[in-house]
Amino acid sequence: MMSIHAIRIVAALTVVMGLIYITWRWTASLNWDAWWIALPLVAAETYSLIDVALFSLTIWRMSNREVAPTAPQGLTVDVFITTYNEDPELVLETTRAALAIRYPHTTWVLDDGARPEMRAAAERLGAGYVSRGSEWQGKPRHAKAGNLNNALHETQGEFVLILDADQIPRPEILDQTLGYFNNRRVAFVQTPQWFGNVPENDPLGSQAPLFYGPIQQGKDGWNAAFFCGSNAVLRREALMQLGLAGYVEDTERRVSRALTAGRRVLRTARRRPEARDPNVAALLARVEAALAEGSRRLDSGDSFGDATYFVQADVDAAVRTLVARDLEAASADAAALRAELAEFEDEALGDDPAELDAAVDRLVARDLSPLGALESVRALLDAVSVERLHEAQPIMPLSTISVTEDMSTSMRLHASGWRSVYHHEILAVGLAPEDLPSMLTQRLRWAQGTVQVMLRENPLNMRGLSWPQRLMYFATMWSYLSGFAAVVYFAGPLAYLLFGVLPVHALSTAFFERFVPFMVLNQILFVLVAQGAKTWRGQQYSLALFPTWIRACTSAAANVWFGRPLGFAVTPKSRGERRRALPLVWPQAILAVLLIVGCVTGVIRWGFGLSQGLGTVVNIVWAIFDVVLLSVLVGAARYQGYEPRAVADKEEV
Amino acid sequence: MKFAVLERNGFTEVSAHGRLNMISAPMLKAEVSRAIELGHRRIVLNLGETEFMDSSGLGALVGCLKAARQAGGDLRIANVREQVQMVLKLTSMDRILTPYGDVEDAYRNA
Repeated sequence: MMSIHAIRIVAALTVVMGLIYITWRWTASLNWDAWWIALPLVAAETYSLIDVALFSLTIWRMSNREVAPTAPQGLTVDVFITTYNEDPELVLETTRAALAIRYPHTTWVLDDGARPEMRAAAERLGAGYVSRGSEWQGKPRHAKAGNLNNALHETQGEFVLILDADQIPRPEILDQTLGYFNNRRVAFVQTPQWFGNVPENDPLGSQAPLFYGPIQQGKDGWNAAFFCGSNAVLRREALMQLGLAGYVEDTERRVSRALTAGRRVLRTARRRPEARDPNVAALLARVEAALAEGSRRLDSGDSFGDATYFVQADVDAAVRTLVARDLEAASADAAALRAELAEFEDEALGDDPAELDAAVDRLVARDLSPLGALESVRALLDAVSVERLHEAQPIMPLSTISVTEDMSTSMRLHASGWRSVYHHEILAVGLAPEDLPSMLTQRLRWAQGTVQVMLRENPLNMRGLSWPQRLMYFATMWSYLSGFAAVVYFAGPLAYLLFGVLPVHALSTAFFERFVPFMVLNQILFVLVAQGAKTWRGQQYSLALFPTWIRACTSAAANVWFGRPLGFAVTPKSRGERRRALPLVWPQAILAVLLIVGCVTGVIRWGFGLSQGLGTVVNIVWAIFDVVLLSVLVGAARYQGYEPRAVADKEEV
Repeated sequence: MKFAVLERNGFTEVSAHGRLNMISAPMLKAEVSRAIELGHRRIVLNLGETEFMDSSGLGALVGCLKAARQAGGDLRIANVREQVQMVLKLTSMDRILTPYGDVEDAYRNA
């Protein structure tokens, strides 16, 4: 590849020029009289420069795997087709294509909707059918990750190809990917996601040629290709190891906390007047000793299995003795408590350690009677045992910390030393959303999931990842913060055109000679890297969807920090009832109007001598650029869905 | 993979012969579930003849442990070979399940 050197030179120059520009901006250009716009603008520019630097690092060593290694014979492969509520016909079309995959395999429909007609149809075609069993009742379902984890426990292939319900695989998909697993450290091979129902001008920005291209190839160069949920082959052993590690870690954390929490509950109970009864006091003391002994055993290296077994047996015995004493009103007390505790177990023992703490605090605050205290200790031990009873499955191979289980899973795989491959060849063709509301829902979900992962498991301090890997994950997360910068970029020209406020001292030569080379180099870099791929749509949407990105950040933060629900929705795959678009993009519509009004006002103000010519021209150009970015939504809102015939006609001509 | 169930003094010994991997893991789970249904509560898994175990096998151990605990009993492992010892350590599973040296040692302390 001759161009990789050119790309590196331009990338390095871009970053250097960017640094020169931003240093000047921070140190010599800020208009402090207008700090309210000057500071946000320089912060937004700094954000963008970091984005560019991370992009440069990404494409620094793009992988170039042109020919896939030959797939060895005799591997066992399960093909999973995940569905929730998609049209059965759509699922069956994918199933037929999956059955026709050339390499020997078993095809399974993973139906999270548990639809009997889906089962019948899948089995008629000769595919297997998996849906969740009774063990999932009343347990967190973990959406698609849960669906896949459930199927992993029902099947046995060494490798798993995951397909979304709408992703029609090509017959050679396994032949082209399995060979990479000759390297025993490779955990997964991701191939592009490409959509067949998207017209040339891609009004909804569905294709992601920059991501499924230079960005994934770049990440691959750093052994940090992302697993993207579909069109990927994974090694079962790698997933199971991840599940085991998660189980051990979670169990250790829970048991240790339960032992401490149980002692806190007991100490409170011993202060109660009822605890003066010598029998009760003796029992409480005994249980407290058992808990202390449990902690001691763990400290001295006992396994969690043995320590919990000892404590549970001892506490059980203590409770039996107490009940045998037939204390007055004891059974009524216990029944009431058990009811309360059932509720406690359900709500309190999610994935978040803070929730457990809060639940224990509530228990302690409840002023338990001695018998109640024992019962609650037992409840805690039951819930926080080596059996992971709050989950349907103790072993959960795919990560469940985010609605985008894929990114989180691949990050954990990389952190535990596995390798990954991005194979740049379209081996499955899917269906993209065909209207603006569905598209917005899908983008919101991706962004929410990514921000969730960033807040829950920040890659920058994740042990086991190399620094380039950390930065590759961080780069994607960072890019989802663009909504905040976009607001500033829209406000900038408005400040000048409407109010004559300039965020910099002056639009001097000093500004242009630093800004223009950086900007020009940046665009050259983009063109070089894209290698003919259409990236303009992506650029437009990364700014035009700023309300979506901001909402994703705020809702994900509220979810991770305060446990609020995300308002998660499954991406509709078929065109549903057409919803009106304007209510969904009103902030952008208002902004566009403001920008146009701004341009007119700017000219008038200039005419009256209220502002200078250069400032007006520069800001009008900026405002027009913003309007052009936003204009993408007009086409998106008017888009009536894909018309395959239009393409066929064009091909005939 | 072959299994043998043996009633011992105060516990039940389940021996597993062969390779415990993604293919045989469900068989182990079925075997232990059957033993539990028959009323065996305190189970020791004798891994002396288990020459290989992968993560699916370890997953099956967790499944068996859960089943035994929920029936009010326990599952312990004994007599592990070098490869199994290694994967237990590698996955930190030895922090959940103590590998006992001998089948007789498993329930000695409780």
